Amino acid sequence: MTNGSTMHLDDRLGADGDDFYHHLMEAHEGLSLEQSQNLNARLVLIMANQIGDIDILKSVLTAAVEAGR
Amino acid sequence: MAHYKYEPFDYVTPPEVAGGETRQYQVAIIGAGPIGLAAAIDLALHDVPTVVVDDNNVVSVGSRAICWSKRTLEIFDRLGVGERMLEKGVTWKVGRLFHRDHEVYNFDLLPEDGHKMPAFINLQQYYVEQYLVERAREFPDLIDLRFKNKVIAQDLADDGVTLQIETPDGPYSLRADYVIACDGAGSPTRHRMGLRFDGHTFHEQFLIADVDMPESPFKTEHPERWFWFDPPFHNGQSALLHKQPDNIYRIDLQLGPDADAEEEKKEVNVLPRIRAMVGDKPFTLDWVSVYKFTCARLERFVHGRMIFAGDSAHVVSPFGARGGNGGIQDTDNLCWKLAMIIKGDASDALLETYDQERRHGSDENLLNSSRATNFMTPKSQMEAIFRNETLILAETMPFARKLVNSGRLSEPCSLTGHDLQTPAEPDPAGLDPGMSCPDAPVLNQGKESWLLDHLGGRFVLLTIGDVALPDSPVEIDHLSVTTRGSDAGTLEDHRQFVADRYGDVTAYLIRPDQHIAARFEGAVSAAALNEALKRARGQQS
Repeated sequence: MTNGSTMHLDDRLGADGDDFYHHLMEAHEGLSLEQSQNLNARLVLIMANQIGDIDILKSVLTAAVEAGR
Repeated sequence: MAHYKYEPFDYVTPPEVAGGETRQYQVAIIGAGPIGLAAAIDLALHDVPTVVVDDNNVVSVGSRAICWSKRTLEIFDRLGVGERMLEKGVTWKVGRLFHRDHEVYNFDLLPEDGHKMPAFINLQQYYVEQYLVERAREFPDLIDLRFKNKVIAQDLADDGVTLQIETPDGPYSLRADYVIACDGAGSPTRHRMGLRFDGHTFHEQFLIADVDMPESPFKTEHPERWFWFDPPFHNGQSALLHKQPDNIYRIDLQLGPDADAEEEKKEVNVLPRIRAMVGDKPFTLDWVSVYKFTCARLERFVHGRMIFAGDSAHVVSPFGARGGNGGIQDTDNLCWKLAMIIKGDASDALLETYDQERRHGSDENLLNSSRATNFMTPKSQMEAIFRNETLILAETMPFARKLVNSGRLSEPCSLTGHDLQTPAEPDPAGLDPGMSCPDAPVLNQGKESWLLDHLGGRFVLLTIGDVALPDSPVEIDHLSVTTRGSDAGTLEDHRQFVADRYGDVTAYLIRPDQHIAARFEGAVSAAALNEALKRARGQQS
């Protein structure tokens, strides 16, 4: 990964995308909506630390907000 | 009107009932659907006679399996019906995915250049069965097709199976060394044997309809595949539109778990739904059905001398076209093995590798089809939120398009790592043992030809470029591909596709089902080739 603010919009998971989605749904299985929301918040925080680059995090935040408009 | 004309096949009184002698058959096949017929033809190409019994006397009613993948077409081509299917079938490339009232993205299956067969064709199952029956009849001495012959019992012994069969003229029994049960998803053979069929039944119901519509609903003249999540004409559910030959369109509508199947099937309820989808174009209904589906498989496909293939062994959801395509790969894998056993060239142990390799293929299909089904039918509010947001991101972010799952279309199954293949270090410039052989254009004594036309049906040593050959003779067909070759037995790689796909100066041992059994770099020694051949024939302990 490069330093700085390159956010990836192209696919980086390849064939593992379906696997990831499956595990994500599995992690939510059996949870109430509130428990699921809490899980999502924890996930975002952990993933942010994994990304570990404030420029990327800022562009990710902007992209997510804008995609929902 | 181009409606398919169902011509019943003639019933002939079996010799056993007509008072003839009762002979023992080498192979009996239960079910004259695409899988059973493909098995009979494949075995006939190996000179193995079969008797095929089916309780019915007409091809599939309704289109049922419609989407045939490249790998399946290559197998059908080896069996002698591929070109006919290609000619009649609808080749589609562009898929469009809609969410609510707008298109999220589209994709082009971009057929890679240099293959005889396209990625997919759509063709109604009744045509496929008709072509296969006609092809089977080209082997009158080897294939004995018996319609209106219903198997009602089986008795398994160590050295064969006895079937009890009912016909319009009365019952008889038939003994075969091996029986292949290709009697479909509801397999009566499987039920009678009391075999567990473990898996998952989805409660979601779907309406499936074939619609005869002279005017295309698509905006271009090329046929496409359209898939909707939550369309305005069918709130909260998914919908699929596909073109088949004769201006027949396949429509799939998700109905939810609580729909009343009998009500939904009524024309008065079906028509408005379709009108909402295709607008005011005139159409007539050809076939309607409401279904639920199960993803399940047998724990084992081989039970002594009874072998299961196709839907009788495993069933998947229709999303991804993995039912019919998976079944054809079963018989492709099975028939050469069974032929070797029957000719005394291999022991029953080789059947174990059919079981092993096709359970693996089946698991791959089950996994993909279950995941597609899960994406289409969110089980909780949070699952629905994730799906919805994935679809929204997919509009602008390419990565999210990869997560949208409306069916991962059937790809050839790789048998890498299974017993028959000689392991090799992964080679980015070549193909790994277990993979199915990709096609490539070649010249055969100056004439345009395809590589796959020269592989299959027997073991072949394929060499590409100047490979040093075995120092002592090995009993195997040798096919050489070079950039200059024009002698008999040598194909010319005039467009470099073979070298690009297989690597240059490489040799492969190719199985009769066009899968790679072993790879050799630069030179092939007699010892290494013999060892790989022994292993690929299941003769290694």
